[in-house]
Amino acid sequence: MDKPVISFKGAKKIYPMAGESVEALRGVDVDIYPGEFLAIMGPSGSGKSTLMHIAGLLDSLTEGKYLFDGEDVSFISRDKQADIRNRKIGFIFQSFNLLARCSAQENVELPMLYRRPAESNLHEKSMEALRTVGMENRASHLPAQLSGGQQQRVAIARALINSPTLIMADEPTGNLDTKTGKEIMNTLASLHEEGITIIIVTHDHEVGQATRRRIFLRDGLIERDERQAQSSGLTSP
Amino acid sequence: MNIVITMIRLAIRALLAYKVRSLLTMLGIIIGIGSVIVMISVGRGANESIQKQIQSLGANMLMIFSGSSQSGGVRGGFGSAPTLTIRDAQAIEKECPSTLNVTYVLGASTQLVAGKKNWGTRSWGTTANYNLVRDWQVKDGEFITEQHFRSAAGVAVLGSSVAENLFEPGEQAVGQQIRIKNVPFRVIGIMQTRGRTPSGQDNDDTVLVPYTTMSRKLVGDRLPGLVHFIMVSAQSQALVETLKQEVEELLRQRHKILPGMTDDFTVRTLDEYANMAGKTTNTMTMLLTAVAAISLLVGGIGIMNIMLVSVTERTREIGIRMAVGARSRDVLVQFLVEAMVISLIGGILGTVIGVATAIAISALAGWATIISLDSILLATLFSGAVGIFFGFYPARKASRLDPIEALRYE
Ligand SMILES: Nc1ncnc2c1ncn2[C@@H]1O[C@H](COP(=O)(O)OP(=O)(O)O)[C@@H](O)[C@H]1O
Ligand SMILES: [Mg+2]
Repeated sequence: MDKPVISFKGAKKIYPMAGESVEALRGVDVDIYPGEFLAIMGPSGSGKSTLMHIAGLLDSLTEGKYLFDGEDVSFISRDKQADIRNRKIGFIFQSFNLLARCSAQENVELPMLYRRPAESNLHEKSMEALRTVGMENRASHLPAQLSGGQQQRVAIARALINSPTLIMADEPTGNLDTKTGKEIMNTLASLHEEGITIIIVTHDHEVGQATRRRIFLRDGLIERDERQAQSSGLTSP
Repeated sequence: MNIVITMIRLAIRALLAYKVRSLLTMLGIIIGIGSVIVMISVGRGANESIQKQIQSLGANMLMIFSGSSQSGGVRGGFGSAPTLTIRDAQAIEKECPSTLNVTYVLGASTQLVAGKKNWGTRSWGTTANYNLVRDWQVKDGEFITEQHFRSAAGVAVLGSSVAENLFEPGEQAVGQQIRIKNVPFRVIGIMQTRGRTPSGQDNDDTVLVPYTTMSRKLVGDRLPGLVHFIMVSAQSQALVETLKQEVEELLRQRHKILPGMTDDFTVRTLDEYANMAGKTTNTMTMLLTAVAAISLLVGGIGIMNIMLVSVTERTREIGIRMAVGARSRDVLVQFLVEAMVISLIGGILGTVIGVATAIAISALAGWATIISLDSILLATLFSGAVGIFFGFYPARKASRLDPIEALRYE
């Protein structure tokens, strides 16, 4: 059996506030395995985004333990976090988050710029990533010249460029119409078929239905962990 | 490497996106660097022309005048009663081994008349080798000779300014009769034009006559054997300082000045004049440099201001870069590069404007200006440094942003 790519034990996140501090995660235990296609679901304010930010090493736990790829990353420096994000994690956001002044291709190349050691074949790799999401003939377009669905495809290409082990998407279809949202989900599903671990944060049940496992959060705790049996090539316990 | 090139490209793109704002931001740097360039070139030009004027006083020459340097100052010789004599000059020639030539002068204010024209100037009585010591030849006629000296001949050599004032243009001055203090003189030569002294006096507004004539006919033996200046040339540049010591020693002995007493004479080398003039121009240069530094400071603050605005405007961009793996230092460097690109472009524009202004100044005002590569390099380096210095605070602010908060920023 594979080791989990993400493993939380007693994960707590407390946001210190004036007056009463907010406990966004109140002791989460979860293991996520390579090759999973997983949705984190739950009502607004339940802690989904917080969990994803911490899992994606954009933020740190207040208490508890976090193992990423078997390595304890609970209390590592910001620079180490940045390096892991760069090489192993691809992010997809609800609002696409592309650089407005850069072309689609330049946006896709962005993570490669920060890669250590540097790579030289920037243009070939970014074109290849754009081809994967069917955007190769929009390479020189600026984000403003692209539709929402097209922008999200570029964002997916950017997430793919450094061949990550994991892709995290926070409400990836939230700003898209139903039809376009389905296309994006299909793209993610086909990436999953190729073996990439995908974690989606969503409150949309239809989106959740497309995945193989669903974790339901409520008030900072895991309420339910659902698995779907008919998985293809799924290596869950 | 990729990342630096990309950053410079991005920085230029960011500048072009806000052309007017960028230009206004650069204005302080442009003015600062421009004035640095103008100031350095004008300062150097002034310095060099002063040095040239000083060298034109004579070759390897010492000036000796009455009065101590503490009390007398540069213009001594008139300020204090003359203490130097012809015998001092003769002793120097005989006893100081480094001497090449010695001459001396005795001056008097005089009124000159040629025909209907009048001109007032100082006349100098001197010896036949004055022109050798001062390295100054006649352009017309001949200089005072030994013969003129011995016979106290009524002959005069005119500076070119005096000749212009006493005679019509094109009129043959040599051979004409003039009157100095009502004593008739025959013009035997006109000196070459020499321009101004470092203190702004006209070298060419002068009349030279034999010392003997001066002493007997113009000052009426009020000062028997006394002279205002002795000028000595050394055998070589290397011997100027040695000669100075020889002369000082000899004159102390002759004037009976004991150790601890103040000299009643002063010996100056041309280098000392040059240094004194250099000090004045250095003060000017420093003052002007302070002005330039202040405008660079203002320019730098402008850059800091605009970079702070830019960091806030681009908070989201910073969040995106961090999310995909930019370390704090990458963000820091990006904003430093941007600040540096702004100030470097400002510096280059300032240099171009400064050079153009310096050229215009020398063309219009006739000032000597020297534009040197090192001042341009200095200005460019300096503008880059201003960018780094004033860009650092905004850049650090950007690099310390929290990625999640930055991503959430609207
Ligand atoms: N930066 C923050 N500071 C304070 N409280 C926060 C912050 N981020 C989230 N929270 C709080 O933590 C809880 C969980 O938020 P979040 O993870 O965004 O929920 P979800 O994504 O499920 O809507 C909420 O009560 C929210 O108000
Ligand atoms: Mg959320």
